Amino acid sequence: MSIKNLTGLAVAATLLSAQVHAKTEVEWWHAMGGNLGQKVNEIAADFNKSQSEYEIKPVYKGSYAETMTSAIAAFRAQQQPAIVQVFEVGTATMMGAEQAIYPIHELMKETNESFNPNNYLSAVTGYYTTNDGKMLSMPFNSSTPVLYYNKAMFKKAGIKSAPKTWQEMEDVSVKLLASGAQCGFSTTWQSWTQIENFGARNNIALADNSNGFDGLDTKFKFNSAPFVDHIAQMAEWSKSGIFKYGGRQSKGMPLFYTQECAMTMGSSAGLAGIQENMKDIDVGVAELPFDDTLISTPQNTIIGGASLWVLRGHSDEQYKGVAEFFTYLSSPKVQADWHQFTGYLPITKQAHALTKKQGFYKTHPGTETAVIQMTSTKPTVNSKGIRFGNFLQTRDIINEELESVWSGDQSAQVALNNAVRLGNEQLRRFERTQQ
Amino acid sequence: MSSQAVFKNKWLPIALITPQLLITAVFFLWPAGQAIFQSFQLEDPFGLSSEFVGLENFIHLYNDSNYLDSLFTTLQFSISVAFLAMISALILSAFAEHIVRGSLFYRTFLIWPYAVAPLVAGSLWLFLFDPTIGVIAELLQWFGINWNPTLNDAHAMWMVIITSTWKQISYNFLFFLAALQSVPKSLHEAAAIDGSGPVKRFITISFPLISPTSFFLLVINFVYAFFDTFGIIHAMTQGGPGRSTSTLVYKVYNDGFIGLNLGSSAAQSVILMIMVALLTVFQFKYIEKKVAY
Repeated sequence: MSIKNLTGLAVAATLLSAQVHAKTEVEWWHAMGGNLGQKVNEIAADFNKSQSEYEIKPVYKGSYAETMTSAIAAFRAQQQPAIVQVFEVGTATMMGAEQAIYPIHELMKETNESFNPNNYLSAVTGYYTTNDGKMLSMPFNSSTPVLYYNKAMFKKAGIKSAPKTWQEMEDVSVKLLASGAQCGFSTTWQSWTQIENFGARNNIALADNSNGFDGLDTKFKFNSAPFVDHIAQMAEWSKSGIFKYGGRQSKGMPLFYTQECAMTMGSSAGLAGIQENMKDIDVGVAELPFDDTLISTPQNTIIGGASLWVLRGHSDEQYKGVAEFFTYLSSPKVQADWHQFTGYLPITKQAHALTKKQGFYKTHPGTETAVIQMTSTKPTVNSKGIRFGNFLQTRDIINEELESVWSGDQSAQVALNNAVRLGNEQLRRFERTQQ
Repeated sequence: MSSQAVFKNKWLPIALITPQLLITAVFFLWPAGQAIFQSFQLEDPFGLSSEFVGLENFIHLYNDSNYLDSLFTTLQFSISVAFLAMISALILSAFAEHIVRGSLFYRTFLIWPYAVAPLVAGSLWLFLFDPTIGVIAELLQWFGINWNPTLNDAHAMWMVIITSTWKQISYNFLFFLAALQSVPKSLHEAAAIDGSGPVKRFITISFPLISPTSFFLLVINFVYAFFDTFGIIHAMTQGGPGRSTSTLVYKVYNDGFIGLNLGSSAAQSVILMIMVALLTVFQFKYIEKKVAY
């Protein structure tokens, strides 16, 4: 190689690296570990390759709670990332911090990025949208609880189809126990599945003020008769072995993996984990049961998971990058891939249609259940979503009180009364800090 | 101790203690001051608005039955851990002192758990205690105990107590062993000649002579159970079931980091800080003055 060539190379290298440095960096803090984290990195890398102006840098920050609290701490120290993934229970806290967040509808408008909120599934965006229809954060990974059942155990007990109502849950469980199963069903995320989604599915309010959407002076009312009856019924069932409690969050999954329980209720995004832990076992996915004494046609369920919030304090350049990235992220191709890989819901109608067209639901039975459950009815005020300040603490309170019901220390009525009282204290504190 | 060094140069001692003072200021005084300031505030998580509320956070804690429950839980937990960890370490070190062959092997083994991080220790024992797959749980079930720490308060409490004890035994063991080895051999020999057996010699000679170490360890064990067991509780029970294993430190974390209730969390930290200060004063007062040979 001659000197000339070398010089040329050096010049080219300098130019290239200068170009690399000229890219506007956008930090994205997220809580996706393991396989999901790799997928997030892949999405960011693909976006970075697709254009030359911006560079999205995903940073894994630990659990949802850790990601949110570190973003808040970073904001206080003026070191905040441009994008942060916040779980659904943090929504009200983020919304309350008006000076800290950059609402998506404003961002997209001010950066002249084409954006149509109607492309998104309303059951998903409802959670992150103000009452006058303005989208505040970008839906990213949304899931909803479904019913998983062990087909082999069902066959052994002579059961033909998955239970649809809570009454059928009991009948099916009794048959299962008679056929030698140790437990009928278990549940994960008890507050989410047995309180929040029980309310949505049966169209009963968890709180006044349209489940918190209409103002900060919300009061909980999930100690009303339908909730108390449901929890009392589950306490009864836990004595007879129909229901078995396995712990908070998704700690109860091993009960289903080890085939101790024939059914469990969990996040639709848990399917990949089930298939990994139950390789040779045929698992069915059904819709979340409803109470046919309360409602004849069940409502949609509400979501869990997280959305992407944009924080203030960055340059216009960076926000332009954020907006372009969000457009990329919402594209049918990226969304369909994310949905198929993770089991999270597709957040746009186009992604759902594309997945269907690709024949994914045929080759992966059960993966469409959650989408159907979310989209078959129009969300009502009780099933649109919930918006409660300090809801993470209230969920903890609900967990604690429900555990005392399962262990027989308290009646369902007393426990739910306590949870409502303590939860209201949280709402009042949040209300005060928002003034 | 009454020996005092005399410095002729006025600036040298100041220069020598400055680094220590700086570190104390940056890593203790500053955050402690922040905590005290925060405990009088009601603030939103982002720090966009804050309101001076005086003692409200403290008054709220005083009226909060959950906080008092948590205090009781902490005492129950700490007394059990301190007691169990000290008794077992004392017995082990008494035996280890008598072992001649392979003593190094035994001692090394006994010290090992100390090197395990609390979170790892928690995960490890959680595995053993798991009602579905755990070895210990299986053993307990064989004895007819329906082991279920996810629902049974007492089971969960025992689980964290045993794990925390296991981790602390090593530390106590080291101190007890050193203390026992410093007991003059001649006393034992004299007593042996007078015809007293090893157990009696241990109770009447060794035990009183190691009382300063025991007292020191008592304070250390309390501090350990109060503050250093966070990782274990976090890994094993997350304070549950119900609130049965939520100790004061765990509550500080939960209210502050998870619930973002900074004011209350800060007030709780201030209370904990006062507790440690009291324990330290207590320790210095007694170790230096009362407990002596």
